[in-house]
Amino acid sequence: MADHRVVIIGSGPAGLTAALYAARANLKPLLIEGLEAGGQLMLTTMVENWPGYRDGILGPDLMAEMRAQAVRFGTEMLDGNITAVDLQRRPFSIAVDTTRRITTDALIIATGASARWLDIGSDRKLSGHGVSTCATCDGYFFRGKPIAVIGGGDSAMEEALYLTKFASKVTVVHRRDALRASKIMQDKAFANSKIDFIWDSEVSEIKDVGKGEVSSIVVRNVKTAELRELPLDGVFIAIGHTPNTELFAGQLELDANGYIVTGHGTRTNVAGVFAAGDVQDHVYRQAVTAAGSGCMAAIDAERYLEGMPAHPETVGAPRSAGAPSPQ
Amino acid sequence: MASDKLKTFTDSNFDHEISSGVTLVDFWAEWCGPCRRIAPIVEQLAGEYEGRAIVAKLNVDENPNIPGRFMIRGIPTLLLFKNGQLADTIVGLASKEEIARMIEKHL
Repeated sequence: MADHRVVIIGSGPAGLTAALYAARANLKPLLIEGLEAGGQLMLTTMVENWPGYRDGILGPDLMAEMRAQAVRFGTEMLDGNITAVDLQRRPFSIAVDTTRRITTDALIIATGASARWLDIGSDRKLSGHGVSTCATCDGYFFRGKPIAVIGGGDSAMEEALYLTKFASKVTVVHRRDALRASKIMQDKAFANSKIDFIWDSEVSEIKDVGKGEVSSIVVRNVKTAELRELPLDGVFIAIGHTPNTELFAGQLELDANGYIVTGHGTRTNVAGVFAAGDVQDHVYRQAVTAAGSGCMAAIDAERYLEGMPAHPETVGAPRSAGAPSPQ
Repeated sequence: MASDKLKTFTDSNFDHEISSGVTLVDFWAEWCGPCRRIAPIVEQLAGEYEGRAIVAKLNVDENPNIPGRFMIRGIPTLLLFKNGQLADTIVGLASKEEIARMIEKHL
């Protein structure tokens, strides 16, 4: 017999909404929270596009509310680091902190995506010493100092605008000649006198790894190959996200960029395994779409469990002779 | 998980408090989401290492001098001191096991 009917991995808007719906469907879900509990919204300040909060709500506050709501209806929370999953056999099994093994009939994966780094080496080495992927965490340390934001999407503009509260100057470095960010964010960024733009350029190096602090960046124009060095104190990277799917590689169908492939709602290529939120969505990536797909995953899982033949491994009571045989 | 085992350091008492033994300091602020994640872990460790190591938090908003001295540019940051000397650092989120391992290494 499986320990749980449904286990949810991940505690962002997708995982917590899946938990809320599964709990209200009496499935007594277990939700495993990872280290980055609460997901990407824990790294934001004011969320102004979550419906129902006309004045906005702080990201960490929104996540605390969602978590409390999921718990209120009976979600069991487990704080743990998942080291392996086995989706080849049923019930599915999940190894937590290498010491515990949990089995489940249905699995909802909502592990989200994490900030992507530049892939130039020096950015990782100077992480926490002037290079950051979290403006709300680290902007404070750059009061009155010049900094750069790398990227041209909504998150890059949001970070740049937020950082103008602290920095003397914010230089946005973007590899194209136009922003990908939404019109409203672009307008805000262009209107801010503290923000400058360097177009068609990539960061080729962050100095000074030897000293253990950021002293400048070298940017390369992708059209002219011209190099330019900018003295500054901090670099904030906002070039997108990588889905957290390492655990599932080789067991679930992933696309070329590592996202879980879903179809017919939130179904993966393994029956009984569902995926919701940014781990399977590289298009919308909004809190509200993640929550929506979390709801869908819970409903899909509920229907899957209803249709699941009574199985001796998953149903504790001995089967009578007249019970329908498993398919 | 009695919170009285977790000490609160400030710019003024910091040097005195870290002067002997093994001390873990969690640099944090209200506005830092990941700091909220690490706070309960640090509090648990304060209880578990009571008598063997000092575990403390320092609010970077209220105490700018000490973070400046250690060139802290991101939080959460955990600094581990042994007899007043900086011995180890973890920047960003870390699991309880990872932090415990760092403490054990210096006990």
